[in-house]
Amino acid sequence: MKFEVFVTLKKEVLDPQGKAVENALGDIGLNTIKNIRQGKYFTLEVSETDENKASDLVKSSCEKLLANQTIENFKFNKI
Amino acid sequence: MKANVIVFPGSNCDRDVKVALEKFQIQTTMVWHQENSMPKSDLVVLPGGFSYGDYLRCGSMASKSNIMNEVIKHADKGAYLIGICNGFQILTEAGLLPGALLRNRKLKFICKYVNILIENNSTPFTSKYKKNDKIKIPIAHNEGNYFADEKILNDLQNNEQIVLKYCDENLNINNESNPNGSCLNIAGIINKKKNVIGMMPHPERCVEDVLGGTDGSGIFQSLLS
Repeated sequence: MKFEVFVTLKKEVLDPQGKAVENALGDIGLNTIKNIRQGKYFTLEVSETDENKASDLVKSSCEKLLANQTIENFKFNKI
Repeated sequence: MKANVIVFPGSNCDRDVKVALEKFQIQTTMVWHQENSMPKSDLVVLPGGFSYGDYLRCGSMASKSNIMNEVIKHADKGAYLIGICNGFQILTEAGLLPGALLRNRKLKFICKYVNILIENNSTPFTSKYKKNDKIKIPIAHNEGNYFADEKILNDLQNNEQIVLKYCDENLNINNESNPNGSCLNIAGIINKKKNVIGMMPHPERCVEDVLGGTDGSGIFQSLLS
């Protein structure tokens, strides 16, 4: 079973990388694009046939490693 | 006194720390991160470097290494644990210290001597300094921007857990003397029990005049007293 995971910085955490990307887009004329926030995207496969169980495992991997909940939020979907 | 230095793949200050500890007659053993046990010691050091190539988030994967179960037990017993630079990042990722270390606000790796104010000298790691002493000590990091939410920052202040702060020559703690964007100019914090400290500066890099200074010695001398 395949999942996709999105890890994003919480809104109160500054994102200097997003800001640098925004500035660079401005430099190439795309200056109407604002508020860029950079995050991480993972795809993963779970060798589990029960969707609820698989979903619990993905949640657990997000909580334990993929995201740092002090600074990041996560969400995931089955794909 | 006995110390264990944990070596992760990508650690690069592990041997520097060993040399510094041995200079102060602290008997030191290197322990590979995959081990499930380590020799009994008074102190454990998580050294600087780039464990796991800083993949995912700095310190995130090292914080899940086998040996970390033993390191956490060591800290739970109240024994001393110090994380320097990448070691500090590992301590926050392991949940042994609150907050997180983000990319430096100007997105640059910073490698230079900075002025540090000793905010709290009543810890086992800083007792040889005086409160409000200014020390000159090197930093070398890309992710040293300490972040914590308001509640954590209030807790740190109320419990006197902020040990080291970035300052200027005249002890001013402000935006100009903050090299990396850290909340409250924080360079080092300690846990509530006062036995686990994390710091971005490298004391092991300034314990010899020939290396440019000896202001880091106080950290090791404090441990011995």
